[in-house]
Amino acid sequence: MAVTLTEKAARHVSNYMTKRGKGVGIRFGVRTSGCSGMAYKLEFVDDVQAEDLVFESFGVKVMVDPKSLPYIDGTELDFVREGLNEGFKFNNPNVKNECGCGESFNV
Amino acid sequence: MALLQISEPGESTAPHQHRLAVGIDLGTTNSLVATVRNSMPVVLNDLEGRALLPSIVYYKPDGGVDVGYDAQPAQASDPRNCIVSVKRFMGRGLRDVTHVETMPYDFVDSEGMVRLRTVQGVRSPVEVSAEILRVLRDRAEASLGGELTGAVITVPAYFDDAQRQATKDAARLAGINVFRLLNEPTAAAIAYGLDNAAEGVYAVYDLGGGTFDFSVLKLSRGVFEVLATSGDAALGGDDFDQRAYCWMLDTANIRFPSAKDSRRMLLKAREMKEHLTGHDEARVVMTLSTEQVVDLTLSRDTFADTTKHLVAKTLAPVRKALRDAGLQPEDVKGVVMVGGATRMPHVQRAVGEFFGQTPLTNLDPDKVVAIGAAIQANALAGNRMADEDWLLLDVIPLSLGLETMGGLVEKVIPRNSTIPIARAQEFTTFKDGQTAMAFHVVQGERELVSDCRSLARFELRGIPPMVAGAARIRVTFQVDADGLLSVSAREMTSGVEAQVQVKPSYGLSDDEIANMLQSGFDFANADMQARALSEQRVEAQRGLEAVQAALDVDSALLNAEERAAIEQTMQNVRAKMAGEDHRAIKEAVEQLNRDTTEFAARRMDQSVRRALAGQRVDTITFSKSAT
Repeated sequence: MAVTLTEKAARHVSNYMTKRGKGVGIRFGVRTSGCSGMAYKLEFVDDVQAEDLVFESFGVKVMVDPKSLPYIDGTELDFVREGLNEGFKFNNPNVKNECGCGESFNV
Repeated sequence: MALLQISEPGESTAPHQHRLAVGIDLGTTNSLVATVRNSMPVVLNDLEGRALLPSIVYYKPDGGVDVGYDAQPAQASDPRNCIVSVKRFMGRGLRDVTHVETMPYDFVDSEGMVRLRTVQGVRSPVEVSAEILRVLRDRAEASLGGELTGAVITVPAYFDDAQRQATKDAARLAGINVFRLLNEPTAAAIAYGLDNAAEGVYAVYDLGGGTFDFSVLKLSRGVFEVLATSGDAALGGDDFDQRAYCWMLDTANIRFPSAKDSRRMLLKAREMKEHLTGHDEARVVMTLSTEQVVDLTLSRDTFADTTKHLVAKTLAPVRKALRDAGLQPEDVKGVVMVGGATRMPHVQRAVGEFFGQTPLTNLDPDKVVAIGAAIQANALAGNRMADEDWLLLDVIPLSLGLETMGGLVEKVIPRNSTIPIARAQEFTTFKDGQTAMAFHVVQGERELVSDCRSLARFELRGIPPMVAGAARIRVTFQVDADGLLSVSAREMTSGVEAQVQVKPSYGLSDDEIANMLQSGFDFANADMQARALSEQRVEAQRGLEAVQAALDVDSALLNAEERAAIEQTMQNVRAKMAGEDHRAIKEAVEQLNRDTTEFAARRMDQSVRRALAGQRVDTITFSKSAT
């Protein structure tokens, strides 16, 4: 399995990376916190860790640490616009329930 | 579901802990809001994709309020209830507002700040500004998908305490937590990332629609310090439109255009100006109400030529700020251009020639201030962008001081001091047994209180009675990061304390500040004379009071003739005090000192005799041998 980006998400990420001027890709992971167990983590990556799993979609590298992978395996990262707001949204098949805001989840 | 943004490595926030921060450029003509998203500063647009929000508020007869583009049409149809450029009234009294008579508003003069009577009742400029800020806040919250943690709002470098306080009040009214206020030029420098640039001196040239501001910033070890600011409150892009308009009148030989034609031509003049930024020529074809057809072509060179005196006029404050900072043009490492008017190629050229380098123009000059504010807000919210770690310093535009005896100003914090700052100075009592002291806090460059701006008054009571000059009163001036002042006074032996938060007497205009600065230089000599005169008068008064006190107690030590002589000399001192010659007063006081030397000696002898009376001989011998 893997973690993927939609084409739209990939385009936005590469755009941000160009403007930011550095970085090898993005890191997608989870950490234990939040109102419903786990919380997503989405960051730029400057240094790839030795244990990182590296996926690639539309030319964008996505780093995932092995401990996070079980929670997010198969997730597709999309970029959406809702009114004035815009940002990344996750389609995670592992999620059993999320908190109302969708920032944290349970598997 | 919440939409996520990409954070810097290790900077992911916990869920529901997003620190949403924005920068707001609350402008005279237009306002903007910006934020840092995915590590990138961006200006937030409205649903129509427009970044600018015209700073216009319309109070509708039905009780609703329109802001921005929606309010624009009401400017013509209902000008009295449609408030434009409210920034000019922030923190000002009615008498501080220029050209009141040409404005369509129903002004109500009230304590502190002018107010406007609208169909929905009397509104203060703070409330009107809050309407604009509220729209920007709503836009930001809709764009970021959450409640704002706080904002950085920019103000002109010349804004005084009253205007800054009014801006903060407006934000609070709009439900915005203000991290801090930031000077507009400083924000621009941040937008250009000069904080990551090489150490050195940078300049910000800000030519807006109606005002010109110039600042000199110094960057060292990643810290910004504002070295000097100057400007012209009545010079901006509108003056260039006016020149183009006059050129149209002259060239087409139009004498007295109707108001409507005049308005249309002014709009065309502005269009031509903007067109010339990207083209060598601009053509205008229009038919006036008189059926006259105007068909003109303005070349870039002609336009540059007809407006070159305006460009030259901006260079005077530039020279002044450099002089204030003790710098030459070649000391400046980079020049940032801010404000739409800096798009004009000949403005850029003139600035480039003055500094001997190409100015920075690659960011949108209308947006740089908001972007810089957003970057600062992001940092203050505890977020971090890549490789940044800095702190920002601003300066005090005019010196802060206290009134001392004789109506003189004792400057406690000199102008262009970097803030935040705290300075303490010790003062003392003027009269024997004085138990209270009045403090008058003033701002300005002149030597006499009457020529400076009064900011606040307060009193310190409960000073223990002591002889004049024995009390030690420490006065501390403290200016916080927003440029707001608090003053405290403490009598050091007894510990009694009093303080005041300068919620200043609203009202000091850019013009006034500029004038006060200028007059500080122009009247340097007259001020020196005035100071000397005032000091001598205070000295003379002190002398007279001392002699009078001695006469009241010990006149028995003098014969009638001696007494008359002293009184004669005192009379002479009083006469000279009434005059304007400080040297004559000084001489009279010295004469009084000489004439009373004998009297003082006799008083001394008498008090020594009294002190010795009843003492045993051996103690006296002891003290004698000690000498």
